[in-house]
Amino acid sequence: MATEIHAVRRETAAPTTGRPSMPGLVALAVLLLVLIAAPYVLYPVFVMKVLCFALFACAFNLLIGFAGLLSFGHAAFFGGAAYITAHTVKVWGLPPELGILLGTAFSATLGLAFGALAIRRQGIYFAMITLALSQMVFFMALQLKFTGGEDGIQAVPRGHLFGMIDLSQPMAMYYTVLAVFLFGFLVIWRTVHSPFGQVLKAIRENEPRAISLGYRTDHYKLMAFVLSAALAGLAGGTKAIVFQLATLTDVQWQMSGAVVLMTLLGGIGTLFGPVVGAALVVTLENYLAASNLPVPVVIGVIFVACVLLFRRGIVGEIAARFVGKRP
Amino acid sequence: MSTIFGIPPQALFGQLLLGLINGSFYALLSLGLAVIFGMLNVINFAHGALYMLGAFVAWLLLTTAGIGYWWALLLAPLVVGAFGVVLEKTLLSRLYKLDHLYGLLLTFGLALIVEGAFRHFYGVSGQPYPIPDLLRGGQNLGFMFLPNYRGWVVVASLVVCLATWYAIERTKLGAYLRAATENPVLVQAFGINVPLMITATYGFGVALAGLAGVLAAPIYQVSPLMGSNLIIVVFAVVVIGGMGSILGAVLTGYGLGLLEGLTKVFYPEASNIVVFVIMAVVLLIKPAGLFGRER
Repeated sequence: MATEIHAVRRETAAPTTGRPSMPGLVALAVLLLVLIAAPYVLYPVFVMKVLCFALFACAFNLLIGFAGLLSFGHAAFFGGAAYITAHTVKVWGLPPELGILLGTAFSATLGLAFGALAIRRQGIYFAMITLALSQMVFFMALQLKFTGGEDGIQAVPRGHLFGMIDLSQPMAMYYTVLAVFLFGFLVIWRTVHSPFGQVLKAIRENEPRAISLGYRTDHYKLMAFVLSAALAGLAGGTKAIVFQLATLTDVQWQMSGAVVLMTLLGGIGTLFGPVVGAALVVTLENYLAASNLPVPVVIGVIFVACVLLFRRGIVGEIAARFVGKRP
Repeated sequence: MSTIFGIPPQALFGQLLLGLINGSFYALLSLGLAVIFGMLNVINFAHGALYMLGAFVAWLLLTTAGIGYWWALLLAPLVVGAFGVVLEKTLLSRLYKLDHLYGLLLTFGLALIVEGAFRHFYGVSGQPYPIPDLLRGGQNLGFMFLPNYRGWVVVASLVVCLATWYAIERTKLGAYLRAATENPVLVQAFGINVPLMITATYGFGVALAGLAGVLAAPIYQVSPLMGSNLIIVVFAVVVIGGMGSILGAVLTGYGLGLLEGLTKVFYPEASNIVVFVIMAVVLLIKPAGLFGRER
């Protein structure tokens, strides 16, 4: 068991210590500037899509990168929240901020239930259990009345944020999404650098040791799972408002696979990796949709290449090369 | 007696038979997963894609070369097994020293590639595969009508499962295999070629998936997506049964197939999720699975 965990650390450990590092703060500032300027250069809807998936990937990365838990069922939280937000905003007529909040709360609750079941097993079983549970959510979305079956929930009104800001304006929507993303990102940043995050890392490195030091590791893992699920839900709910749509695509297992790929490509266990990975995968999907190439094959090849050739991911490789890897 | 619990017996036995058929495929696939996991410590996410590959090889043999069902039953598993051997030698074997999750991610990528490629070339619609002449028609058992082919699938999968169990638990080669599962380094020190055994195990496991694919071809149509949804149910079956025992994987497979069939009779809305619900219950009561060992 110990050697197994050791292997993960070798491959994924990021140079994160208790305090935010200088290069990290610089990177955050650069990211912020880029994102504020982005809608003037790029198509805003595209950047919003990237931001939603980036937050989703960051939430997923909180589990795999910092607690060492591979969830293969995060689509359930992302898509589940999308359905709840879309339904509450469209049918109940709630304002968007409340809809997103309810979606997030739904995902957090679902995360509590799934997490409590899944942490009873470890490693590969954890991945299979989360996958199976999320497939259950998929079948429910397919069969329940309010989710609209194959059609999903369409034409969700964007509405007015806090009753004032008209979100049908692209720029207003964009900066709202950016604010949501930054909120989620900073929550993760703060979590990772908090004592709680340190304990999570201890569990990832050596769980038996963490137990023997007196930590109730199951509680920590469950809390991390709920937090990750809630943030994935925040991303999903926001996505439902941006695209005015919640469909089966959001809860399918392919979505769980996509978020794994984004995180793996960008760098598991790095703060910025999932953002980079999400941007690349969304760009790639946009580009491939216009071409004749089969998308799943290309995605699959990148998957295999990542696993075989650069397991640290893009940001992980950069961090290891330029910043220097700390033990 | 015209009804059982308010259900006409025809419908009840019909669904139970369907459940038994599904259970046969769960058993064959989870058996392959368990054998592979025991040796490689890898959960083979590509298992569903390879099951689909088996069905497609049979279909291609028939449509392009005119080779029929019985030869396909032999050839398709060989092709899939050979493909598996190549995958293991070139890709999977590079990952054994790393965390097992990388094996899962690699095979996930492979599944995407195989399924995406077939989807690109053959579309998502199913291709019909005829039932072989010998097995057309059916038997009237008095309480229900049994199509010959379905009976054959149940018998064939039972025989294969039992033969695999016998080979692993009762032969000398199986003893090596079990020993290598427990302690590969020691077994290698005794002069047994463990890497070769690992490759052969993976080839055999995926050949089972290929065989299941051929058996499934005349029942479900041959389509690129036939494996991807099945494999998630099989994962749940594996979690419920635990991967400690061969016989456990087989029994759980058949049992859950039957339960799914029963659910279809009494509460059809839940038939898709009943396996997952059972998985949740088993996790609460016996986290290691019904036949699993606590580590």
